[in-house]
Amino acid sequence: MIKTDILIIGAGPTGLFTVFEAGLLKLKCHLIDALPQPGGQCSEIYPKKPIYDIPAYPEILAGDLTEKLLEQGKQFEPGFTLGERAETIEKQEDGTFIVTTNKGTKHHAPVVAIAGGLGSFEPRKPQISNIQAYEDRGVEYMIKDPELYRDKKVVIAGGGDSALDWSIFLADVAKEVTLVHRRNEFRGALDSVEKVQDLKNQGKINLITPAEVVGLSGEGKLEAVSIKLNSEAEPFDLACDHFVPLFGLSPKLGPMANWGLEIEKNAIKVNNALDYQTNIPGVFAIGDVNTYPGKLKLILCGFHEATLMCQAAYQIINPGKRYVLKYTTVSGIDGFDGSRKEAPKAVVKAIE
Amino acid sequence: MTDVKITIIDREGIAHEVDAPTDMAMNLMEVVRSYELAPEGTIGVCGGMAMCASCQCYVLSDHDLPEKQDDEEAMLSEAFDVKENSRLGCQIQITPAMDGLKVELAPES
Repeated sequence: MIKTDILIIGAGPTGLFTVFEAGLLKLKCHLIDALPQPGGQCSEIYPKKPIYDIPAYPEILAGDLTEKLLEQGKQFEPGFTLGERAETIEKQEDGTFIVTTNKGTKHHAPVVAIAGGLGSFEPRKPQISNIQAYEDRGVEYMIKDPELYRDKKVVIAGGGDSALDWSIFLADVAKEVTLVHRRNEFRGALDSVEKVQDLKNQGKINLITPAEVVGLSGEGKLEAVSIKLNSEAEPFDLACDHFVPLFGLSPKLGPMANWGLEIEKNAIKVNNALDYQTNIPGVFAIGDVNTYPGKLKLILCGFHEATLMCQAAYQIINPGKRYVLKYTTVSGIDGFDGSRKEAPKAVVKAIE
Repeated sequence: MTDVKITIIDREGIAHEVDAPTDMAMNLMEVVRSYELAPEGTIGVCGGMAMCASCQCYVLSDHDLPEKQDDEEAMLSEAFDVKENSRLGCQIQITPAMDGLKVELAPES
């Protein structure tokens, strides 16, 4: 059981900044995220795109913002449960919560802050009628353990970075890699596109374009995919052990929608007059995942909401304990790792 | 005149004729959101970067729309329910030339 003060669901910019604000109040944080890395949309969807409305940054790349937020909160030693989706929440008799992920990891905290953005990212599944029957029987929507594909025949579908990168990686692992895409053009980093071209020329990647996987077959497990070339009327079968469609991820509110929270417009209603608490006392929602009159889904609004939420969390965790807002410039920052940052002292010295 | 009339058929098949401003640098996806013609979180997920196809629509009128850029072309090649007349709403700017445009939102995927 992982124990912490504030359990944050979602490791996007709002969740990461919460670590810092909580740390100033000597509260520890642990973050859960369905993605394998922190940063949320900023690292998953647009790490190389600039953001222009972060105060004091005329321009910052989304990936760099993530890096800086991690750096800013580092001394408060946040814990992470990555690649797992928060599945259930159970309120305990003492008012604390146990949140369990889809992999069974349990987290115990007196305060839960949902900073889930648009929800957890779920793979977009191609519309092949019998695809569900082959899920985990040869069809995977995400590559978690490349070893699964060692000496196997693998068909990858998609035209973006992940399709390119995994084709390159698996070319050395799998027995056979076939990349199927609806067009001849791929969208990805230039060196990935060039690398796939090289591997194709060397015969290490079998490229089938413009084409689409239209059917799956096999007894009890996947044995072949049916591929239709745009130029041909009839599809043909290609024997394979694995089919990995990589058509991107789309965010879904997911299991949180069943936690008894008040939901409006695919977002969680909160009290914005006070502390961004939801209808469940002790559970807060901050950042893009919440809604209230006048809500704006902006990173900078998430930062503000996180800051106010931490004050309320402090009161829950330390009932009646006095505290007054301090400025970091005045008080410095004492990390949980023993580090201290502070403003340099002015020199008091006579000038003769 | 700074508004144009646009007809948007929502995912339930209901047609809405709406006024869209031409002077606010808005795109079609944003017009749909401003009138809440699709639930929040089901359209414009990536914010308008041609990276999610949640604003895919079918263009029903014969307006002369700006050519697709590479990223729109690439996204549509990976999206579902794509037809000949598919476009990404986020890539269609509202200009006076869009007056009378008629589109239908593609299913949520």
